[in-house]
Amino acid sequence: MSGTGDKIVFFQPDQELGKPSYLAQEGISAGFPSPADDFKELRISIDREVVKNEEATFYARVSGESMQGAGLDDGDLLVIDRSIEPQDNKIAVCFIDGEFTVKRLKVAEDCVYLMPENSKYQPIKVTQENELIIWGVVTYVVKKL
Amino acid sequence: MFALIDCNNFYASCERVFQPQYEHKAVVILSNNDGCVIARSNEAKALGIPMGAPAFKFRNEFKKHNIKVFSSNYPLYGDMSNRVMKILETYTPNVEIYSIDEAFLKFEGFDHFDLIESGFRMRKQVRQWTGIPVSVGLAPSKALAKIANKIAKKFDQKTGGVYAIDSAEKRLKALKWTPIEDVWGVGRQHAKRLKAMQIKTALDFVNLPDEWVKKHMSILGLRLKRDLEGIPSIQLEGFTPSKKSIATTRSFKNVLNIFTSLEERITTFTLLGAEKLRKQKSCATALHVFVRSNPFNPDAVQYRNGCTLTLPHATDSNFVLNRYALMGLRSIFKPGIEYKKAGVILLGITPSSSRQITLFEQDTAKHAVLMQTLDKIHRRYGPHRMKLATQDLKQTWKMKREHLSNRFTTEINEIIRVK
Repeated sequence: MSGTGDKIVFFQPDQELGKPSYLAQEGISAGFPSPADDFKELRISIDREVVKNEEATFYARVSGESMQGAGLDDGDLLVIDRSIEPQDNKIAVCFIDGEFTVKRLKVAEDCVYLMPENSKYQPIKVTQENELIIWGVVTYVVKKL
Repeated sequence: MFALIDCNNFYASCERVFQPQYEHKAVVILSNNDGCVIARSNEAKALGIPMGAPAFKFRNEFKKHNIKVFSSNYPLYGDMSNRVMKILETYTPNVEIYSIDEAFLKFEGFDHFDLIESGFRMRKQVRQWTGIPVSVGLAPSKALAKIANKIAKKFDQKTGGVYAIDSAEKRLKALKWTPIEDVWGVGRQHAKRLKAMQIKTALDFVNLPDEWVKKHMSILGLRLKRDLEGIPSIQLEGFTPSKKSIATTRSFKNVLNIFTSLEERITTFTLLGAEKLRKQKSCATALHVFVRSNPFNPDAVQYRNGCTLTLPHATDSNFVLNRYALMGLRSIFKPGIEYKKAGVILLGITPSSSRQITLFEQDTAKHAVLMQTLDKIHRRYGPHRMKLATQDLKQTWKMKREHLSNRFTTEINEIIRVK
């Protein structure tokens, strides 16, 4: 602005003129669309296969050979699903006498046996006197070859 | 109907799931840096260990009574809390996660359901799936559900951990049983005042005239009164509200007395807070910095100071926040003091979407992309991988966590071992 006679001219954006345009955030690609688009499926995921109940799934590491016969070797990773009711013949992680152990459950009339699957180990007889926590049923074992 | 589900002695219960040998034993959990007791098992409560007991003062007591001490293991507690809440969400779509170990459930259109039976099922399911024991309180309103929960927990032998206030008779009995200071939402000031007026129980409170309550305790007090009368007036919060302030404070393992060490700490605290700020998509408009010496050391010169700075504009940028935090530190730092604790509190938090843009705002637009990238790197490669120059690159400050248990559910190398 210079002299007093000058006028200030305000320019207003002309909103009538411009046509609305869309923002394509994903971008637009020219060319033929993929024929596979309609057949998209989820890629296989071990996690989805093995973990049926995310909230109830925990993991443990095998230490020792007591369950070798069942395919559980030292260092293997166990998938435990606590939502599964423990039953006779299931392999379960138990807590007994101050430590965790993995054994096959054998329910007898008046007691429960924790059965190892290795002839070098003895079955553990659980009676009223022992405090046993059946912590969770083992559903899968993951091993590195 | 509303239900309040509360995990019993949550932190202690989390530890016991993975270390069942401490079942039925006295257990305490210490705060960050092993400062003081923040959670106790029933057995520890019975031994008279108070909440907030400073660990160093009670060391002998812990030993004498064979109390198991844990450092707080938030990765574990957070994951276990998540599991519990996810299970509760399968019972009704209306869930308000009230805290790490509590949730309100609202049952609408469940008239033909036996909710007490659902309560027992919930309790059993959470216990079996996660190992965490919970108590369930059922009532026509939130405030009453809180009380029902307390009854369920206090008399768990008799109630089986589930209690419903589902009749006028039970409601009056429960209100009479509840001291005024234990009523949800009655602060210490109001409790003191009410007690001085011989209002000792929740029932006495409900018998006050509406006008008096409204006049002296505002509409919130009146809503509470209605709730306690069994007319639901306090609604479920649909989502966890964003934090109004974000505090990052720590005690140091060893005292610090030079400026640069404190500068390093303050920067780190600021950045930790800033990351939380961005995670909840908000900005801060002010911040508070404080430092203090060790009040438990009678030989040290005592000093504490803090200052609050208003930021030039709402920001979530590491650079801006840090510049101001250090400005604050410079103004309160006094040489010759042995500093034991410091902290940064981000204040005046507003959603990023609604922040006002100021004319001379220069940095934040450019910073936004940078901050996003930074957060991504930290999420992918772990925290503290990228630092500001005031931070020490070599030193990683470790919290004092001498009694830390494994991260049994979030770290594959720390899972339980089974023989």
